[in-house]
Amino acid sequence: MIGFTHYLIVAGILFSIGLVGILKRKNLLMLFFSTEILLNATNIGFVAASKYYGDLTGQLAAFFIIAVAASEVAVGLGLLVLWYKRTGSINLDSLQIMRG
Amino acid sequence: MMEKLLYIALFSPLIGSLFAGIFATKPKLLITGVVTSALIGISMIASLMLLGYVDGVTTVNVKLFDWISAGSFDVGFGFVVDQVSVIMMVTVTVVSTAVHVYSIGYMEKDESFNRFFSYLSAFVFSMLILVMSDNFLGLFIGWEGVGLCSWMLIGFWYHKESASWAANEAFIMNRIADLGMLLGIFLIYWQTGSLKYSEVFGAVGSLAPATISLIAIFLFIGAMGKSAQFPLHTWLADAMEGPTPVSALIHAATMVTAGVYLLVRANPIYSFVPEVGAYIAALGAFVAIFAATMALVNNDLKRIIAYSTLSQLGYMFVAAGLGAYWIALFHLMTHAFFKSLLFLGAGNVMHAMEDELNIKKMGGLYESMKVTAILMVIASVALAGIYPFAGFFSKDKILEVAFNEGAYLIWFALLIGAALTAFYSFRLIMLVFFGEKNYEKYKIIPHEAHTYVLMALAPLGALAVVAGFFESGFEHFVTTLLPTYSFDIASFTAGLLIVGTLLVALSGIGFAIYIYRVKGGFPPSIKDRPCYKLLINQYYIPDIYKKYITDPFASFSFRAWKSIDQAIVDKSVDTIAMTLRNIGQKANKMQTGNLSIMLRWMVVGLVVLMILALIYRP
Repeated sequence: MIGFTHYLIVAGILFSIGLVGILKRKNLLMLFFSTEILLNATNIGFVAASKYYGDLTGQLAAFFIIAVAASEVAVGLGLLVLWYKRTGSINLDSLQIMRG
Repeated sequence: MMEKLLYIALFSPLIGSLFAGIFATKPKLLITGVVTSALIGISMIASLMLLGYVDGVTTVNVKLFDWISAGSFDVGFGFVVDQVSVIMMVTVTVVSTAVHVYSIGYMEKDESFNRFFSYLSAFVFSMLILVMSDNFLGLFIGWEGVGLCSWMLIGFWYHKESASWAANEAFIMNRIADLGMLLGIFLIYWQTGSLKYSEVFGAVGSLAPATISLIAIFLFIGAMGKSAQFPLHTWLADAMEGPTPVSALIHAATMVTAGVYLLVRANPIYSFVPEVGAYIAALGAFVAIFAATMALVNNDLKRIIAYSTLSQLGYMFVAAGLGAYWIALFHLMTHAFFKSLLFLGAGNVMHAMEDELNIKKMGGLYESMKVTAILMVIASVALAGIYPFAGFFSKDKILEVAFNEGAYLIWFALLIGAALTAFYSFRLIMLVFFGEKNYEKYKIIPHEAHTYVLMALAPLGALAVVAGFFESGFEHFVTTLLPTYSFDIASFTAGLLIVGTLLVALSGIGFAIYIYRVKGGFPPSIKDRPCYKLLINQYYIPDIYKKYITDPFASFSFRAWKSIDQAIVDKSVDTIAMTLRNIGQKANKMQTGNLSIMLRWMVVGLVVLMILALIYRP
């Protein structure tokens, strides 16, 4: 029987994968993929908890996240394309104009 | 109608001050002097009309607005014009008008002409608040206002080191005394639950005698500072650093007499504690003779007159201390007229002598400035107390009071003081206006002042001559509010006293004329005498203050600055700031601008937060 714990474990694994992707990848496009993985990991956690506790608020939050993630990707990809046209590279290490 | 007059009298100097203040930093504009003088003149006319209106039963009381109202503490911004305050108003505005007109001529070459008139009118406004307030708090506001204006005007030529030093000295000395005054006011409120004169004086009789004494002493400490009584007297002579019209208005006629006014106003308090009054009278007599002796040897034109003011204030305190309040007020008024005249005349002399103050360098000025000379002789004769000039009536009455009270020691001190006064006044006159023309050695060509300046002095000259004849009318007028004073001495004794005092004063004058006219002054060897040295150094009191008070205090402050402020306070604050700054500088290295590294730090933060959440979960 697949229970609440299993869902949480899947969510945890997905989140870790996303985290590793964020830390290791230097490609900006891959960074977006990793972010999506992170967001969907939390979505799984929300929906599972919503079902488990019988409270719709969790699913509401999941929809909300999906909407935000979609707009984030739209804006982010737009910027990425622009950046690529300007510099010819989407390597993270070339993005260093914010030095403190 | 009368309320409107009151407001006109009170606020027209303020309007003048604000008007002149607008042009404070601009070059000289004659209009500021004219407008402020005109507004003070309006204030004087309103005061004179009020003087005609106020009589035995009618006084003017107004409440401008509620001022402080907190719980049971309720003070209104109220004013009263009664017999005492209207006399003060008239005295202040008459002298101020003369001084304002005079200043147009005196300050004509000064680049801060406009600023001067702004300050001068602000002073008159504060002084009117002081005398017209119907409660102790309003009086205190005026009291501080005149102190502030005095500071601004003594230090008017602030680029001069000595002037700003003198201004600060005056301000700090007054601050010491004002603490006493403030404690007195607190005590009054604490004990009677009110600050309004009428309510306080009604309630004061039911207090414990010790409390009344304490209130009387605290208020007198305040009066001592403002009126420069010993031991807070040193500021008055140094205040002569200010422009001469300021010395005439503030440091002779009005502000320094505020202490006497306070005593006269608070007479119901002092009448319960005659022993405090006796102390005040003794101190007054001491100052009268103490200041007069310092005036004997001084060679500074203005300082001589300043010491003479100090001495005359002593006379006023004797009268007030012995319960003859109306006589104190009368001497205050006549003194204001002739002393401001003397100072303004001295200002003319200073101008003629190109700001030279040493009377040893003058002499024979009568020929080039006859009108000033005559006015100053009138003022000096009035000051010496010769019949029929103003000073005779008021000063003689004070001596009579001292004799009448059986205070023979005080009477004798005042008699000696009268002789000294006559001597130093005429020493000044002789050295300045007669004798050898010493100024010729310094290539100075003296000139008489402008005609309108002399015209401004003429009313004061006239008052110095005739003010004494108002005596009985004055007595009748003010004793409707103040307690009367009755003399028990026989008229023959009184006559003998008057003649005796007159003879003493005349002999003082005669001695001065004899020494400086016939013998050509004292031999130079007098400067080696110990008593001369004692007097010329002002009894070494400034030195004593410097050595035992200001110097130890300065070194204490220096040590406190080094060991407490710098070593503890500053150091701890600096350490905190430096630590934060160092941490910030180290942490700054995280901000490489590389997104990848930033993300890693973000993950570190996330992990730390999750660990903390795990440890501190509810």
